[in-house]
Amino acid sequence: MKRTTKQRLVRLALYALFVVLLVALYFAADWPTIRQNFWNPGGVALSGGNWGDMITIGVKNTLIYTAIAFGGGLLVGLVAALMRLSPVAPYRWLATIYVEFFRGLPVLVVLLFMAFGIPIAFQWTPPGGIVGAGLIGLVIVAGAYMAETIRAGIQAVPKGQTEAARSLGMGAGSTTVRVVLPQAIRIVVPPLTNEFVLLLKDTSLLFIIGVQFDERELTTVARDLTTTGPSAGTSTSLIQAALLYLVITIPLTQLVAWLERRQRRASR
Amino acid sequence: MTAAPQPRTDVPAIQVRALHKYFGKNEVLKGIDFNVDQAEVVCVIGPSGSGKSTLLRCVNRLEEPTSGEILVEGIDICDPEVDLDGVRSRIGMVFQQFNLFPHLNVMKNLTLAQRTVKGRSKDEAVEIARRNLDKVGLAGKESAYPAHLSGGQQQRVAIARALSMDPDMMLFDECTSALDPELVGDVLAVMKDLASEGMTMMVVTHEMGFAREVGNKVVFMDGGVVVEEGLPDAVLGEPQHERTKAFLSKVL
Ligand SMILES: Nc1ncnc2c1ncn2[C@@H]1O[C@H](COP(=O)(O)OP(=O)(O)OP(=O)(O)O)[C@@H](O)[C@H]1O
Ligand SMILES: [Mg+2]
Repeated sequence: MKRTTKQRLVRLALYALFVVLLVALYFAADWPTIRQNFWNPGGVALSGGNWGDMITIGVKNTLIYTAIAFGGGLLVGLVAALMRLSPVAPYRWLATIYVEFFRGLPVLVVLLFMAFGIPIAFQWTPPGGIVGAGLIGLVIVAGAYMAETIRAGIQAVPKGQTEAARSLGMGAGSTTVRVVLPQAIRIVVPPLTNEFVLLLKDTSLLFIIGVQFDERELTTVARDLTTTGPSAGTSTSLIQAALLYLVITIPLTQLVAWLERRQRRASR
Repeated sequence: MTAAPQPRTDVPAIQVRALHKYFGKNEVLKGIDFNVDQAEVVCVIGPSGSGKSTLLRCVNRLEEPTSGEILVEGIDICDPEVDLDGVRSRIGMVFQQFNLFPHLNVMKNLTLAQRTVKGRSKDEAVEIARRNLDKVGLAGKESAYPAHLSGGQQQRVAIARALSMDPDMMLFDECTSALDPELVGDVLAVMKDLASEGMTMMVVTHEMGFAREVGNKVVFMDGGVVVEEGLPDAVLGEPQHERTKAFLSKVL
């Protein structure tokens, strides 16, 4: 048998197996019970059923928290990245300690520390209450990751670019602004978009610190709706939350993939 | 305060005196002395690692000399008071790897430094850029991005970019070494034109034909020193030193 024919047969067999499994699953399942336990959102209207709170409180807060954590993290990360590239050694040490420390800890530990540990130990009322403390924790962690991404982006711009600009008589400032940073930004946009997605998912950890009704992000809202509302006692709200997360994250991950493909093509 | 020294035309374009350069403990240039006169084309040859690039890069202080003196048009470029960006804008440099700005199209590559360093108006910068693109045979490529040009075209754009600053001299560091053989000729032709217009040039090269035909002087370096220098026919045709003979027998 020719190799390609054999490969095609194997692929066909795998497809057939897949279809058989799907059909078997369909007939084996107890659909009314599944429907009862997993999908009972109580209508599609924004008032009444689950969707209302999930979108107007959950999704809204998730997006706001992600934006705050991302913006703050970007700022902190840029400063830490420039410090890590500084010719002044103490700046480098400080930035390295910060980055390694917070990349080495579970986010949850940092959040608990910011929300409970530090306020109790130092009698400190965080700005914006407990949510503010949690967000500061997310900013600190995000900054540590973004610092590494940004540093790598700046260093990925070849040294010859700086040399060419300086040899034309351009100063250090305009070389950085007109030649190095535009190229570095192009390099870091895809990985930073990835970090945005990671951060968006990490906002669900704010669930653990317990916030007020209007401050809940999506996961907390979904969790609360497993015990109250039209679908109490079922997994419906969790599935709804999952769908809402995916509606936001999948386009973003696709965007990253597209940006990376385009970059690979441009660099060739 | 004394006025900043002005470039002079009555002295050699480049004067290098007792130049030493260390990378850490590694002495790469071990006391170099030589001149490039105005409108002279000096070709620097020598084996890999002999310090040719380092020497060239010291001339516009992309490398910091460890000791010694470098005068460019009579101006000591190691003087802490010197306007280094001003000196550099009068020295064009062309690199082996082209180093065009990949995020800018050809026209922007040629106008960026004209606008930021020379403060030229957009119209003036564009006109000068057009003239130089024409000169290197690339009229019409204004809106192309570097990635869409061949190596030979990119290197000619790099030359045009340097020329757009109206430099008094040009430094070339093995600017044809990264090119496919069939593209080398176009670049060498541009350099030959420049030489015939009286441009002062310091050319690190492995192209012995170019050195012999276009060079006014050939400098042979080995192990961080200038072993031999003189007229191209003399150095390349009747080398006096064993090391020169050994090198030439390998490359010719
Ligand atoms: N930035 C640097 N740091 C440390 N060592 C360096 C650096 N640049 C060059 N060198 C060393 O200096 C020596 C001379 O290098 P240089 O590039 O000047 O040689 P070259 O004559 O131009 O060689 P080639 O023909 O290969 O370009 C080499 O041994 C090289 O390893
Ligand atoms: Mg070299």
